[in-house]
Amino acid sequence: MRILVQAEAFDAGAELNAFSNATGGIGAIVTFTGIVRDSTQGDLAAMEIEHYPGMTERALTAIAAQASARWNLADCLVIHRYGRLLATDPIMMVATAAAHRTAAFAAAEFLMDYLKSRAPFWKKELTDTGAGWVQARDDDEAALTRWQS
Amino acid sequence: MIDVLYFAWVRERIGLPRETVETCAATVADLVAELVAREDRYAAAFADLSSLRVALDQELSDFSAPLAGVREVAFFPPMTGG
Repeated sequence: MRILVQAEAFDAGAELNAFSNATGGIGAIVTFTGIVRDSTQGDLAAMEIEHYPGMTERALTAIAAQASARWNLADCLVIHRYGRLLATDPIMMVATAAAHRTAAFAAAEFLMDYLKSRAPFWKKELTDTGAGWVQARDDDEAALTRWQS
Repeated sequence: MIDVLYFAWVRERIGLPRETVETCAATVADLVAELVAREDRYAAAFADLSSLRVALDQELSDFSAPLAGVREVAFFPPMTGG
């Protein structure tokens, strides 16, 4: 299990290769990469991501440990950036390794759902017309309930 | 003495990222009431508690939680990572 919270850019392809090599012989690897989306008006100047140093790492570690136990993962990786990012920059990625694809897919979705609503990150969009904090969506919170049965 | 941290628009409204507060508040809600009574900027930040989250010693908690033994309280809006 590897949790990285960093300002620096990362190479999703290189990370996947390293993750894949380290889990040699496992049946299934799923990855998700989140990318900075442009604003709906197409004028995103930058996205600033704030986080809570200390709690961020703790929350991500707890979420990854839950996923690992629930789906018996061989390994999992979470990378999340903070600081100033531009449209098309990768923000974060998760990777899960399991014996079968259903577990790897489910664990990756679980990681993403919990990461969105339970890891202390906040996004601020800077556009030509001003700056605004991204609002949490009700369906992000609702997405968690499907894992609680 | 308790460290109080603010993030995102809570930090912006209050105008600082963290401070040390001298308090005897029994619960998070009591601490919020003390802060709100201080100055308008706190009242503005804590106007709607349903739009805020709280963490005690870096674990998500709630406003009715007791503060006994807690060293660090953080207030912030719902998280928007990913």
